[in-house]
Amino acid sequence: MFDVAIIGAGVSGSALAYELSRFHLDVVVLEKENDVALGASRANTAIVHGGYDPSPDTLMGRFNVDGARMCMELVDRLDVEFRKTGSLIVAFDEEDMKEVRVLYDRGLRNGVPSMEILDGKEVCRREPNLSKEIIGALWVPESGVINPWEFTLALMEVAVREGVELRLCEKVISLKKRDEGYLVETERGMYTARYVVNATGVHSDEVHNMVAEQAFNIHPTRGQYYLLDRSIGEVVKSVIFQCPSPLGKGVLVSPTIHYNTLVGPDSEVIEDCENTSTTREALDDIARQAKRSVPSLQLGSNIRNFAGVRANSDYGDFYIKMSAPHFLDIAAIKSPGLTCAPRIATYAIELLREAGLDFKEKEAWDGTRRVVRFKEIPEEEREVFIREHPLYGRVICRCETITEGEIVEAIHRPITPVSLDGIKRRAGTGMGRCQSGFCGPRVQEILARETGKAPEDILQDKEGSHILIGDTKEGRV
Amino acid sequence: MARQDYELIVIGAGPAGLAAALSAKEHGLSRILVLERDTELGGILNQCIHNGFGLHYFNEELTGPEYAGRFIDQLDGSGIEIVCDTMVIRLENSDDWRIVHAMSVEKGYQRLKCRAVILAMGCRERTRFAIQIPGSRPAGIFNAGTAQRYVNIEGKMVGRRVIILGSGDIGLIMARRMTLEGAKVLACVELLPYSGGLNRNIVQCLHDFDIPLYLSHTITNIEGKKRVQRVTVQQVDENRRPIPGTEMYYDVDTVLLSVGLIPENELSSEAGVKIDRRTSGPFVYENLETSEKGIFACGNVLHVHDLVDYVTEESQAAGKAAAAFVLGDAPADSGHVIEIKTEPTVSYTVPQTVRVNEVERSLRIFLRVNKIWEETSYIVFRDGDNVIARFKRDYMAPGEMENANIPRVLLDRVKGNTLRVLIEEA
Amino acid sequence: MKTLICIVCPRGCHLNIDEENDYKVTGHHCEKGETYGRNELLHPVRVVTSTVKVNSDIHPRCPVKTDQSIPKDDVFHAMKLLDSVLLTPPIRRGDIVVENIADSGAHFVATRDLDT
Ligand SMILES: Cc1cc2nc3c(=O)[nH]c(=O)nc-3n(C[C@H](O)[C@H](O)[C@H](O)COP(=O)(O)OP(=O)(O)OC[C@H]3O[C@@H](n4cnc5c(N)ncnc54)[C@H](O)[C@@H]3O)c2cc1C
Ligand SMILES: Cc1cc2nc3c(=O)[nH]c(=O)nc-3n(C[C@H](O)[C@H](O)[C@H](O)COP(=O)(O)OP(=O)(O)OC[C@H]3O[C@@H](n4cnc5c(N)ncnc54)[C@H](O)[C@@H]3O)c2cc1C
Ligand code: SF4
Repeated sequence: MFDVAIIGAGVSGSALAYELSRFHLDVVVLEKENDVALGASRANTAIVHGGYDPSPDTLMGRFNVDGARMCMELVDRLDVEFRKTGSLIVAFDEEDMKEVRVLYDRGLRNGVPSMEILDGKEVCRREPNLSKEIIGALWVPESGVINPWEFTLALMEVAVREGVELRLCEKVISLKKRDEGYLVETERGMYTARYVVNATGVHSDEVHNMVAEQAFNIHPTRGQYYLLDRSIGEVVKSVIFQCPSPLGKGVLVSPTIHYNTLVGPDSEVIEDCENTSTTREALDDIARQAKRSVPSLQLGSNIRNFAGVRANSDYGDFYIKMSAPHFLDIAAIKSPGLTCAPRIATYAIELLREAGLDFKEKEAWDGTRRVVRFKEIPEEEREVFIREHPLYGRVICRCETITEGEIVEAIHRPITPVSLDGIKRRAGTGMGRCQSGFCGPRVQEILARETGKAPEDILQDKEGSHILIGDTKEGRV
Repeated sequence: MARQDYELIVIGAGPAGLAAALSAKEHGLSRILVLERDTELGGILNQCIHNGFGLHYFNEELTGPEYAGRFIDQLDGSGIEIVCDTMVIRLENSDDWRIVHAMSVEKGYQRLKCRAVILAMGCRERTRFAIQIPGSRPAGIFNAGTAQRYVNIEGKMVGRRVIILGSGDIGLIMARRMTLEGAKVLACVELLPYSGGLNRNIVQCLHDFDIPLYLSHTITNIEGKKRVQRVTVQQVDENRRPIPGTEMYYDVDTVLLSVGLIPENELSSEAGVKIDRRTSGPFVYENLETSEKGIFACGNVLHVHDLVDYVTEESQAAGKAAAAFVLGDAPADSGHVIEIKTEPTVSYTVPQTVRVNEVERSLRIFLRVNKIWEETSYIVFRDGDNVIARFKRDYMAPGEMENANIPRVLLDRVKGNTLRVLIEEA
Repeated sequence: MKTLICIVCPRGCHLNIDEENDYKVTGHHCEKGETYGRNELLHPVRVVTSTVKVNSDIHPRCPVKTDQSIPKDDVFHAMKLLDSVLLTPPIRRGDIVVENIADSGAHFVATRDLDT
């Protein structure tokens, strides 16, 4: 019997697993997919938000500023890619300026530090590619861009290293109350746990309904994006938001951790909460809106489109409660859920403690992680480094300069990847302009070799996403 | 810190790099190094196992590996140093020296000093996202060249029911290849009103197997969660916008994309080499020297070729020019310099700039037209309104690179600083 | 009158072949095209290129071709013959891999060198 079973290995589940790994507790994480961070935590805007947006009387408003600060501490401890870029919420007219002032006041109430209201001239000076029609903006320095799947993975890698059990491909299908907790049934087996945590993102209403009265409904809301090549240069230095206006909720133009440009997202309520397809209409609409902020935006340099689905709900806030005995919901975690994840985790621990779970700290707990990124090694140290670690001498991904050493190291970390996308999330291969065209087959070969599999067994992404279907010259397939 | 000094370093050992190195050797250089990131020589030719190479140069029809083999054979005993499994990741340029940063498991991180560099890195394929096909992102969507590598080199099948987007040569060749290996190719779909591939490939690769070719069509949606399940094909109007009501649906597990090649010039740009937006390759002079002194370019990194024989010819010229540069008979930048200006009927030329004094007997100019010319017409070079040279052609298409050989005596007649090139009807 | 695109070289001439008039070919730019045009209607042939299995981890396949054209109708049959071939390096360009395909006199030969 486990002390705690966390359902869902997104950033919410992973941040909680990380915090729980400090204590003498038997923790299991049950995730339906074949890797960590395959839900909203991999397809989002990747912003550590400043905290001016959510209303102060929500959990979102209470957690945002703390969450952002905790994120910025964690990225150092966990060696996760992050850049503090700051954000600008730009105004095109007096209506927008009013909104900017509303956001400023709300930010003050939420405790957002160092905000400023800038005039059009100053905005233009800081961000020369922005529209000359901008008359002012809210500047929020304490915000930035993060690598969201790496963040999630890093939290879970440390948790696993420190004793948490992660079970992938375990979709929870029912929860039965037992005297001392729950019988958790998955598609492949049974688990028992004294406490159960529901961190299942867009599915969190379904899992909630397995043990409690219906209390909220998820309205899956899709957002689509463009990711533009670095070759067009640094389009914007900070995250550029538009004020919500009659023209739409506005889309943002943002730098990424790797100095690409991210454009999006729109907001569309959809039926199938796993539908991450992109559509022509939405992409065209995003392009049109984004050009309002950056008229010269070159969408022809697109290297990838993608979409994520938000766990928006009719509840209007994060739904974090003990909804049944020994059952904690970390549900309806919409934006700014990524930013708030570390703070949600510590709040969850408070709730579990109140509900009777015993927390005894481990004497030795290491909450840190280090990874080698070859391209960050100074040129003069590379020679020695490769002599000592020869596999770092073979570049596999040309666009992003990722070496075989980094790939092999990623494969042997606490959570073993099974797909090309798994390597992409860990080592960054195939993120560039050729999108794995060149390095895909080589990464596949390395992953097969290191995990003792046949190349055919290496997947593109989720279960069933086979790249190859067999050999040539084996008769007719 | 830089170690051995070379006269010339060639980056890439495809047909361009090999021909350039051999030619530089022939023209007097002795310390030549060729760096190749793959584990073997030959570049893209290793996976082009079909025949159709070498008709002009060897006067016989060879397969890609055979063509590469002929050059690899010549390297034996040539004294040219070749190092595979080595990636060049940076290039530095100063007045007298070039420094090539190369990495390998065996030799680690090296800074190699040399007098001249020849860029011969080839090109890469455009992806689905570059052309923004919406839909889901399942497995089973391949660049045709990636699929070609899987099938021909690794011996792996990539799918059973296939649709091909783009009628460039790689797509056409793969249609046949997949069919021969037992897959069903349902259609080849092309956005433009004409095919970008060679006519002979349309016949041998599509007609032979009754594979329909849909011109002015494109893929407008891809469905499937794990592996591709269905794609939507639609006709497009003159502005390449999908026409509602023309949807056709194909149940396929594989989409092969043959939607264009892009010269691989990140290294070049970082070294300061100026890139021509029309070719996506470097601007070059008549001797294939780029905007950066001592750096030359040839093959697909310069502009995308459809015939390897032209790659060879161009690369030999680059090798010769690099040798001349190293040996000190480099062109002085003086003399009459002519810029070749393309008019709307021509999409690009290589070279873009000519130092007339450096042209020996004649200068071959490569160019592409931007639409099909079915009637007899002329490639015309004009200095102002004066016709300098005219070349008759019965048929021209964007998919087939044209070339025109202008004698030096005619170049000497150019008075201005620009030479306009355009296509005129007969 | 039949129209064909010549596939002998990349130029791809548009040929007209007059079946009524002893298969007289027009529209070609060289003699090869004339021969091709006539043959394509009377007994079409193709060069087949493919691969065969190799007993090697580094090079699991070796490319091959027919050393002359074979009748178009025999192409799939010829492909089948390759399924059961397994080569062991060293292999030299030109090595015969399958002899006398379907009694056509053509052989499949290796098109690259593969060392052990
Ligand atoms: C388009 C978009 C943009 C966003 N932008 C930002 C931003 O810029 N900044 C920010 O702070 N936040 C942002 N967010 C919000 C943030 O991404 C999410 O709040 C956060 O990732 C939610 O994490 P999670 O772990 O709760 O959910 P998820 O990451 O979705 O994880 C849930 C996990 O549960 C698993 N699961 C579901 N059902 C079961 C089951 N029955 N059994 C087992 N496992 C199950 C899923 O497979 C999944 O792995 C954005 C979200 C979206 C969609
Ligand atoms: C599918 C296909 C079919 C074709 N069919 C025909 C045909 O039928 N007939 C015909 O005549 N022509 C054909 N061609 C055209 C011809 O093969 C090419 O134009 C020619 O191979 C280009 O040669 P290259 O040396 O410029 O490039 P490549 O062959 O691509 O060689 C470039 C080399 O540089 C290396 N390299 C790149 N970057 C680096 C780096 N940073 N460091 C070290 N090494 C590097 C690469 O690994 C590669 O080996 C075809 C081309 C393709 C792609
Ligand atoms: S395939 Fe793309 S991501 Fe991989 S090395 Fe090449 S350019 Fe880079």
